[in-house]
Amino acid sequence: MKRPDAEALCHILADQLRPHVDLARTALVGIHTGGAWVAERLHTLLGLHTAPGAIGVSFYRDDYSQRGLHANTKTSHIPFEIEGAHIIIVDDVLYTGRTIRAAMNELFDYGRPDKIELAVLADRGGRELPIAADFCAHTLNLPAAQMLELERAADGTLAFRLTEK
Amino acid sequence: MSNATHNPQLNSHGELNHLLSIEGLSREMLTRILDTAVPFTEVAEREVKKVPLLRGKSVFNLFFENSTRTRTTFEIAAKRLSADVINLNINTSSASKGETLLDTADNLAAMQADMFVVRHAASGAPYLMAQHLATTGQDHIHIINAGDGRHAHPTQGLLDMYTIRHYKQDFTQLTVAIVGDVLHSRVARSQIHALTTLGVPEVRVIAPKTLLPSGIERLGVRVFNDMKEGLRGVDVVMMLRLQNERMQGALLPSAQEYFKSYGLTVDKLALARPDAIVMHPGPMNRGVEIESAVADGAQAVILPQVTFGIAVRMAVMAMLAGA
Repeated sequence: MKRPDAEALCHILADQLRPHVDLARTALVGIHTGGAWVAERLHTLLGLHTAPGAIGVSFYRDDYSQRGLHANTKTSHIPFEIEGAHIIIVDDVLYTGRTIRAAMNELFDYGRPDKIELAVLADRGGRELPIAADFCAHTLNLPAAQMLELERAADGTLAFRLTEK
Repeated sequence: MSNATHNPQLNSHGELNHLLSIEGLSREMLTRILDTAVPFTEVAEREVKKVPLLRGKSVFNLFFENSTRTRTTFEIAAKRLSADVINLNINTSSASKGETLLDTADNLAAMQADMFVVRHAASGAPYLMAQHLATTGQDHIHIINAGDGRHAHPTQGLLDMYTIRHYKQDFTQLTVAIVGDVLHSRVARSQIHALTTLGVPEVRVIAPKTLLPSGIERLGVRVFNDMKEGLRGVDVVMMLRLQNERMQGALLPSAQEYFKSYGLTVDKLALARPDAIVMHPGPMNRGVEIESAVADGAQAVILPQVTFGIAVRMAVMAMLAGA
């Protein structure tokens, strides 16, 4: 299967979001690590005024009792007031939906947003929770044995990698 | 404890199942605990200072020896992980009616306990409980040693390491002095094991001969009886509390004499490096082991130690529960 072009998808996603965002009010929160990279890119492409946040979902993963806690857990950084905000959660790949659920739980520990939406570069199917993206640049079906991972090169270029589990 | 494959703290996968002592834990494991603690410092900054990692778990604080600070920080750590916390008041518990430590463990295990935080005046009490739980098929209950006799206080040692790393970054370039009542201090033993394991090239202990255990040099430390000599050029000064309650006989002439020779004053601190940090595990005896001007001074990191202590204890609990 041909890998989706992550750079092109960032522009497609930005085009989808552009008519929808309020430059002064909308805030992006990217899920570590790939989603945070995409959120940074979208922030630049859209020219949003509010700096993007990043969210680590390790504390809310529902498989913690099976997998334990990783030592390199990424910390959340929310540089704006959550209370009453319009937030778009950004992730690179939407799969089971469990990460998105964890991210929403985490966000509510910082306050009560007015609205949360979800934007993803790619939806690979395989949902285990009733979660759907509001904005999605690409859809594909991948077997469970395959992983779609975003990588960032030293020059900041984003690219997808397909691997076997 | 020296052979990791037989370390009773680790499970068959080499993961931390209990935290009983720093001794016997590898540098990788200590580093992993410190790394894991980093994101937990951020939880305190949130509107809701809680994460759900220990939701549905029961943590029993078993303090057979009095403590306010340590028990409180363990309680806060467990509650911030969403655990149910049960503090046993040992003075009014069955232990004072003659129930043995192991009977207490069995009874609490029958109440579906998930974790015991144990402080005990007898060295080895947490080990004994861990061994007993293993032999009775209840190894799923995790034990954290919150101080046993003169033996160990591993979470204090870890939070001290976290504090040093926070301010000094690299352990391998440091000279660290531990000052005071080493003889009665379980904290000092945990600090020494942690510092040497993490690669600190020079660990000094500074104390009068009467407050030093014999053979302390075998732990890899340099001994100084003269405080001024020992403090020269150090990067970190770790003061110890004078453990009056554990002293028997005349080990010291008087508190005033002790302060004169071994109390950390502004003048003595000036012998350390200008950017040296001053630590103390608390509670402090001002005017006995430390001068107020130092305790409240710019180089003191004593209150950050307390804050970091919660994050470190959260990390340990989360690692044990996820093992």
